Amino acid sequence: MAMKISNGQFPDRVDENLQNEFMRNAVSSAQHRFQTRRAAAAEELGNWEEWRNHGEEIRQHVLSNLDYYLYELSENVEKQGGHVFFARTAEEANDYIVSIAQKKQAKKVVKAKSMVTEEISLNDHLKQAGCEVIETDLGEYILQLDDHEPPSHIVTPALHKNKEQIREVFAEKNGYVNSSIPEELALHARHVLREHFLTADIGITGCNFAVAETGSVCLVTNEGNADLVTALPKTQITVMGMERLAPTFEEMEVLVSLLTRSAVGQKLTSYITVLTGARKPLEVDGPEEFHLVIVDNGRSSILGSEFEPILQCIRCAACINVCPVYRQIGGHSYGSIYSGPIGAVLSPLLGGYDDYKELPYASTLCGACTDVCPVKIPLHQLLHKHREVIVEREGRAPVSETALMNAFGFGTASSALYRFGSKMASAAMKPFGNGDTISRGPGPLKAWTDIREFPAPNKERFRDWFEKREKDGEQG
Amino acid sequence: MKVSLFATCLVDLFQSNIGKSTVELLERLGCTIDFPKGQTCCGQPAYNSGYVKASRETMKHTIRAFENAQYVVCPSGSCAYMLKEYPHLFEDEPFWQERAEKLAMKTYELSQFIVNVLKIEDVGAKLEGTATYHPSCHMTRLLQVQSAPLTLLRHVKGLEIIELPLKENCCGFGGTFSVKMGKISEQMVDEKVMNIQSTGVHYLIGADAGCLMNIGGRMRRQDLQVETKHIAEILNMV
Repeated sequence: MAMKISNGQFPDRVDENLQNEFMRNAVSSAQHRFQTRRAAAAEELGNWEEWRNHGEEIRQHVLSNLDYYLYELSENVEKQGGHVFFARTAEEANDYIVSIAQKKQAKKVVKAKSMVTEEISLNDHLKQAGCEVIETDLGEYILQLDDHEPPSHIVTPALHKNKEQIREVFAEKNGYVNSSIPEELALHARHVLREHFLTADIGITGCNFAVAETGSVCLVTNEGNADLVTALPKTQITVMGMERLAPTFEEMEVLVSLLTRSAVGQKLTSYITVLTGARKPLEVDGPEEFHLVIVDNGRSSILGSEFEPILQCIRCAACINVCPVYRQIGGHSYGSIYSGPIGAVLSPLLGGYDDYKELPYASTLCGACTDVCPVKIPLHQLLHKHREVIVEREGRAPVSETALMNAFGFGTASSALYRFGSKMASAAMKPFGNGDTISRGPGPLKAWTDIREFPAPNKERFRDWFEKREKDGEQG
Repeated sequence: MKVSLFATCLVDLFQSNIGKSTVELLERLGCTIDFPKGQTCCGQPAYNSGYVKASRETMKHTIRAFENAQYVVCPSGSCAYMLKEYPHLFEDEPFWQERAEKLAMKTYELSQFIVNVLKIEDVGAKLEGTATYHPSCHMTRLLQVQSAPLTLLRHVKGLEIIELPLKENCCGFGGTFSVKMGKISEQMVDEKVMNIQSTGVHYLIGADAGCLMNIGGRMRRQDLQVETKHIAEILNMV
């Protein structure tokens, strides 16, 4: 799976997903659950705004000193006996990881949840190299079984599926015969996955945060699968986006608190694991070999640009969980593994405007995302910035829209033109109106009146009323 | 107190009742109203669509139009916020930034002006019935005006305010979003309408003509009985 999950057009994907009643109900009830829990978990801290400020400060500091901390991290990983590989592109990352698999003659790879490995299509490359790849996060496992369906959410990838659908997937692919009770479904996955953990040659994880000072990797899960992925196979490979750093444990702790509270409304998740290097002498478990793959894949071009704040992201999905547009269209409509507001900002940056130029417009700029972001990324402003770039730098806006907007700019920057134009509006709209409302508007109004009534222009503009009233000397 | 009214283009052209109510209301509260004739639009339709250059001329025009105002009052949270944002948008033009700063400092949304500047919570309005209030996004989140409209509405004699479920969710207006992403917008406004209906109220009240045109237009298309009112119209009922 790559970042891009569809070759179709955005409007077609939206149409299709709007028909998916089940998905939409699942998303709106999940949003309710996530929002309520997040709000309670934030409230509990008492000074959430201070925490957000602190989180923002830490992330901005890291980004401003990214070269320093990446150097420190790699030095410390190597001091602990680990190997570090800087991958400029997805290809370089995949080649490196495949080369390790080949060196180890690996037959089976178990994976913990990782969005960056989805972004670079790692699974496909490993499969081509002859490895069996098993996703061990329950959500990811379900999607993998279901013919590699793409994730619809960055934290809960199978959000769009219900337990009945999951039972069907297990039955069809694994011969599962039990009920759709969640505990039974989970038990089935556990039985299957346990065998894989024990027989895998390589364990691959993502990275919530790397700690530069110690060369450690912090993994946040609720299922404990990442712990098995890193404890049992002889080789561990951790793949991280190059910006996912904390200077020391002190900052990591702040970021983890912000992450777990914002993502799932928990003080802490069931497992927060910090791993440093490979197994040491006298240690009883852990891998014999540890590789850290640091992936750029377009991130360094965001650094230093007007979009830099998006690199502050800690992938909590709080913005997705409050987004009123995601609520209606679900994750798959975005055509990218990164959906919702974070996806609408990030996907065009990593994947280009050819595939993702509609996403910045799939927002009312309501600001709910910005409000809830634990590291204060001005998401709605970045969506707006994309629009500015698309229109003014890339010149990709439709010609008719450009003409309309230029006319708007021209007409509203001059009192005389505005007065003339606005006076004409009433006359021009007359044929379409039925008294005080227009039901079938012409031109650009059609898209409005397809859905709702449009008010007929005032017979007397407000300014005419005011002027007349002033003349009549009625003013108090 | 002399107040310069920034009516907004939507009110000037399509919703003059909101403007008239705003004038009568503020006069009743002791203000003298001035309507700078040069005013047009805050520039949002072009700005939000990414046409930043085109919108700058509109913004400069608005800055000029209100140069002599003491207070600028606007019956729209979204447009008032836009005026307050001007200084950020002229960071590379110090001459205009300074003038934009002066405009931003003296600009208020209507309910914010009544409660925070005039220090009035009860405007003496009366209306029998039940109503729910839709807090529009820009006014609530960006301008951060949250309690003022409710404070004023709770003092309207005879009016019972019932909380709108999922009130913080956007109604799907979003300016050009409402036509560019019509199908998504339709689903958003339908959910908003469903929540309004669930309260069983007589009136839907809001403080932004754009959102009200969207929600009201959809309810009208569906022949629903809920009446859509701007807060200025409600506060002007005596």
